[in-house]
Amino acid sequence: MAKKKFVVGCFEDEAVLFPAVKKVRAAGYKIHDVYTPFAVHGLDHAMGLRETSLHTAGFIYGITGTTTALSTISWIFTKDWPLNIGGKPHFALPAWIPIMFELTVLFAAVGMVLTFCYLCQLAPGVKKHHFHARATDDLFVMAIECTDTTNTDDLQAFLQSNGAIELSVQVAEEGWWFGRYDNENVPFQNKEIVAA
Amino acid sequence: MHLKYESQLREPLVSGNKNYRQVTEDIVRPIEAKPTRLWYIGFFIAVALLLFGVYSVYREVTYGIGEWNLNKTVGWGWDITNFVWWVGIGHAGTLISAILLLFRQGWRTGVNRAAEAMTIFAVMCAGQFPIFHMGRVWMAFFVLPYPNTRGPLWVNFNSPLLWDVFAISTYFTVSLLFWYSGLIPDFATVRDRAFTKLRKRLYGLASFGWTGSTKHWQRHESLSLVLAGLSTPLVLSVHTIVSFDFATSVIPGWHTTIFPPYFVAGAIFSGFAMVQTLMIIVRKVFAMEDYVTLGHIEAMNKVIVLTGSIVGIAYLTELFMGWYSQNKYEGYTFWYSRAYLFSPYGWSYWGMMACNVLSPQIFWSRKMRRNVFVTFFMSIIVNIGMWFERFVIIVTSLYRDYLPSSWSVYYSPTIWEIGFYAGTFGLFFTCFFLFAKYFPVIAIAEIKYVLKTTGDGYKEQMSAIEAQPLEAFVKDQTHHH
Repeated sequence: MAKKKFVVGCFEDEAVLFPAVKKVRAAGYKIHDVYTPFAVHGLDHAMGLRETSLHTAGFIYGITGTTTALSTISWIFTKDWPLNIGGKPHFALPAWIPIMFELTVLFAAVGMVLTFCYLCQLAPGVKKHHFHARATDDLFVMAIECTDTTNTDDLQAFLQSNGAIELSVQVAEEGWWFGRYDNENVPFQNKEIVAA
Repeated sequence: MHLKYESQLREPLVSGNKNYRQVTEDIVRPIEAKPTRLWYIGFFIAVALLLFGVYSVYREVTYGIGEWNLNKTVGWGWDITNFVWWVGIGHAGTLISAILLLFRQGWRTGVNRAAEAMTIFAVMCAGQFPIFHMGRVWMAFFVLPYPNTRGPLWVNFNSPLLWDVFAISTYFTVSLLFWYSGLIPDFATVRDRAFTKLRKRLYGLASFGWTGSTKHWQRHESLSLVLAGLSTPLVLSVHTIVSFDFATSVIPGWHTTIFPPYFVAGAIFSGFAMVQTLMIIVRKVFAMEDYVTLGHIEAMNKVIVLTGSIVGIAYLTELFMGWYSQNKYEGYTFWYSRAYLFSPYGWSYWGMMACNVLSPQIFWSRKMRRNVFVTFFMSIIVNIGMWFERFVIIVTSLYRDYLPSSWSVYYSPTIWEIGFYAGTFGLFFTCFFLFAKYFPVIAIAEIKYVLKTTGDGYKEQMSAIEAQPLEAFVKDQTHHH
């Protein structure tokens, strides 16, 4: 994938971030993404992202599990090997409810986690460009995608006037690649840690 | 101005007026520091116990189930007692992370990570017992329904023992996924501030390339919520199904409809006690009193006194039904084998009563609920009591069956039965020590999420606003618009 140019503004407080997101969008810039250390509620709406349909996928996986359990057990106990258990009915639905329930939950959970990892491109060994190392610590990092006509200086000044405390222009790969995290510059000072 | 804030009536969930950076520092510090001598001592004791357990299991696998003192009527002894005990303990984690998430209990954020870890390790320990109880453990895979060359001969889907296979394995898988999906962002936090090569590489692998993108957070929230919704009935189903192992039989003392709710309450009771034991140690050793506050401990003690009393009502109901049913066998089991102090196992019944029903009543007092030493002591007492409960249910119902000629001699465990149990303690604490050293023991991102509305500093700001007269408040809040 090709590299792109981004203007990056870092915010210290989500209360400053929200109005900034609104103003940047109103000014017509394209926000590539905002990286936050925790889930900031309402930020997805402020950025105009659509709702995720992950839960719908979860529902589909769930009913797949129910059907798998019901069809497998009923085929085994009525067709493949009808076992006589004290003369009780072969199709013993109430006794199958526990396993049907467990497989519903199992399929839904495993399916959703795998879908989540697929959609977010998360896997061991995956590496992505990080616009700021403190985005997982205490900074809210907004990356704005530049076009040919974007004046990066103006944009940086605009972000600063809206409360950004750190600014940079970065040319970065926006996709993911396989890589290790140990060969990068360390943005923190090496310091002695007092034993807990 | 958004209106979401918590009233002064609730005490802060995070004390010490922290900002986001301090939260990261406080929680990641033990990972970045060298382990203390205390950690090494604890860890090696745990590993030694684990090795003793491995040797006990080796004896059992090599020489067979005869290494244990199980006999003609007591076919389930310490082994299944320990299984049910560990599974019960494994209920608190998912309860805290799932049910309390749905109930919007803010205090769960301080303890959920460690409680979920505890759940996973407890279920790992629990699983050992039925697996090795099979005797020929190399054939354990026979419990799975797979097409085979013997017919195919399938497993019995109508049997509660098979439901258990599905319930426990599903519970373990889902708890693990729930736990790990919550850990990914926190691993990324550790990764991004790591200054050694190895740590950066390992946490880089573990964090799956997490960036903190808003879209990813949105999906993460949706995932957590649905997993919580799924885990809520799951956690109730698991101990219900474990109780079916007993309740669907025709053994006096097991054949009761009260078992599912009674087992679930007992599981929550013992699980919270184990969380207390561990969290009191963790908050002390890692200096995390700001995150696991007395408020957290008090909240958990409230759950303990509630569930302990539910369990107490269940015991009394059983006794009542033993009399009311006028069934001789039930009456004999409940009133002689259990409640009569001088019957062979009467001591275990009254031990259970004292630990589970009487002693937790101390937590009606607020002072006691907020006393760390009392809580720590009680958490251990409760788990001893819950072990007795499972022992009482299993052994007192089995050692004298319908036919007096087959009444067994007094059942007591061999050293290898005890060794197996001790070994699971070793496994549990080995895992927990590794977890405490290498994992963020408190959910960093979740603490940051609640920090603004429930932290000390925010509450202080709010108290000024709360003290205002109404007109001034309205004026103050509306003039922004």
